[in-house]
Amino acid sequence: MVTEHGSAARARRIGRLVIYGSLIALAAFYLMPLWVMITTSLKSLDEIYGGSFIGLPRSVTFEAWSKAWSQACIGTSCTGLKPYFVNSLMMVIPAVLLSTGIGALNGYVLTKWRFKGSNLVFGLILFGCFLPFQAVLLPMAQVLGKLRLSGTIPGLVLVHTVYGICFTTLFFRNYFVTIPDELTRAAQIDGAGFFRIFFSIMVPAALPIMVVSCIWQFTQIWNDFLFGVSFTAGDSSPITVALNNIVNVTMGRKQYNVDMAAAMIAALPTLVVYVVAGRYFVRGLTAGAVKG
Amino acid sequence: MATLEIDRVRKAYGSMEVLKEVSIAIGSGDFLVLLGPSGCGKSTLLNMIAGLEDITAGAIRIDGQTVNDLSPKDRDIAMVFQSYALYPTMTVRQNIEFGMKIRGVPAAEREKATREAAEMLQMGHLLDRKPSQLSGGQRQRVAMGRALVRHPKLFLFDEPLSNLDAKLRVDMRTEIKRLHQRLKTTIVYVTHDQIEAMTLATRVAVMKDGIVQHLDEPQVVYDRPANVYVARFVGSPAMNIIPGRLKDGPAGAELLMDQPDGGVSRIAGVQISDAARRKYAGRPVLVGIRPEGFSVAAPGQSAVKAAIEVVEPTGPDTLAMFTLGGTEVIARLAPKAVEAGQIADLAVTTAKVVLFDPETEIRID
Ligand SMILES: Nc1ncnc2c1ncn2[C@@H]1O[C@H](COP(=O)(O)OP(=O)(O)OP(=O)(O)O)[C@@H](O)[C@H]1O
Ligand SMILES: [Mg+2]
Repeated sequence: MVTEHGSAARARRIGRLVIYGSLIALAAFYLMPLWVMITTSLKSLDEIYGGSFIGLPRSVTFEAWSKAWSQACIGTSCTGLKPYFVNSLMMVIPAVLLSTGIGALNGYVLTKWRFKGSNLVFGLILFGCFLPFQAVLLPMAQVLGKLRLSGTIPGLVLVHTVYGICFTTLFFRNYFVTIPDELTRAAQIDGAGFFRIFFSIMVPAALPIMVVSCIWQFTQIWNDFLFGVSFTAGDSSPITVALNNIVNVTMGRKQYNVDMAAAMIAALPTLVVYVVAGRYFVRGLTAGAVKG
Repeated sequence: MATLEIDRVRKAYGSMEVLKEVSIAIGSGDFLVLLGPSGCGKSTLLNMIAGLEDITAGAIRIDGQTVNDLSPKDRDIAMVFQSYALYPTMTVRQNIEFGMKIRGVPAAEREKATREAAEMLQMGHLLDRKPSQLSGGQRQRVAMGRALVRHPKLFLFDEPLSNLDAKLRVDMRTEIKRLHQRLKTTIVYVTHDQIEAMTLATRVAVMKDGIVQHLDEPQVVYDRPANVYVARFVGSPAMNIIPGRLKDGPAGAELLMDQPDGGVSRIAGVQISDAARRKYAGRPVLVGIRPEGFSVAAPGQSAVKAAIEVVEPTGPDTLAMFTLGGTEVIARLAPKAVEAGQIADLAVTTAKVVLFDPETEIRID
């Protein structure tokens, strides 16, 4: 009895050990590139070319970071990533807010104000989720040209908003479907109109899915390269395009430390968003809307 | 307080007719219960009164004014939903004040109305909670409070008690009745529970398949149901519907029903009009007798012979099952009046017997 109990406990402990061991090994494997990036960005160029690529830096220096931020040359101008970081912010903030707002409104109409053919409309919007970026490049370029928004940040905002609506609509529709129709009916009888119901009842109930939509859109738009490189040039590029230019267009010795620092700067905002709001992301995806 | 008139109203979803010419009129202060099985169109009709569904044909008038084209907020109604439909992100107080806020009621007045409603429904201590922190019964109260503060012309209730447990349902039923007696507002109340209908209503409309089968005071619906369907739907246990024959004799109309032993039970002195007596003489009829229409016969009293098969004591009385006219019959008798296996003589209260035409199943007067 006692030994049985003891051996069962030991088996469980060994099982635990195996599980944690392999998890740690896998995590280490996946974190390896990040490790290399961080250590490299903290080394001087001489040290890197001196042969130590993997190890810890002998002396830590933030020179590469400050160079990447404010001095690195992109094309002919040596401004660092700073202005492009600002470009990306100016693009991502309005685009996230607009696409999330429109998606919420779409989801509301598609669930609470159904009309003849609303299911077809939803189907078509859903179809938009599966359209590859490449398919919309040319028509989008034409539209931007007609609107005189080619090569501008507002143009990129428009592109990302339009492309994101499919996803945000899907999020909000599936969330609002779980909110009982009786709620909107009660509000109608209370005298609330279309927008009053939306802002006073639907939006406050939709906070979890708002977080999901914002995180999703933020990462998509911040990390986008194709639209950025296709529809902007020079000063108005987003950070992903500038990063590519830093890495590709250096002359002389390749500045690995600056490249790594620049890549980390470009990735930082999405990392921060995940760390800060990541748990709401999971919670929002699994949450039902309303109890009682 | 208002009158309500539903005038030849129809509702169709595409080619599917959900309501087929429904006409109901009730007076000011009436408590109308729409009673019927699931899917018969009760909620649809209520939503049409509220203005949440379009009216395919016909007219609905509140206080004589046709409201077909008025939006819900202009109809001066309040509604309590089956799922309560409390706004989940608002506190109880905000839930109750929401409608008043939209209508631009000043803060002081809102506060006063909320306090009054909270007092009436004994939920003052709940005002700062969210709906998710309330029990089912408390949510029910809040939903009613939200309707009360509006002082509408017309209250609409859609199965408001169906999500509560049995005990609470009875309590809330009494509370609703008390509320109605106090406010005297006209109420339309949807339910599929015939006891709720009997206890609350001043007028009951029994519905089936989008048609009103019987509209009258609950006691009339119970005593003289318009057809076999209504007779079976209202009352528990249901009215016994026994195949029999009408015999016209010098002593008046007599009902004959076959006993399982080959004999014939006779009930004399049935109340029936002369015209109907002539029409149905010698023909089969359906005999409707409520379980409480039977009683143990006094010696010498005319009676049916009942071979009791099963006895179910309920406490206040005993239900006795036997066979008559080829169908199972339930009698509600005094406790311990009979035993299973016994042959009992049961008298029938002839004044409460109702006859139906076996083909149309409509009541014979
Ligand atoms: N939007 C709709 N489209 C098509 N048919 C509908 C629609 N709404 C209701 N119906 C149909 O109308 C009929 C009546 O529905 P209703 O909700 O009025 O029933 P009910 O009497 O309230 O039933 P319950 O007691 O189950 O609530 C049902 O057969 C239902 O399927
Ligand atoms: Mg219903």
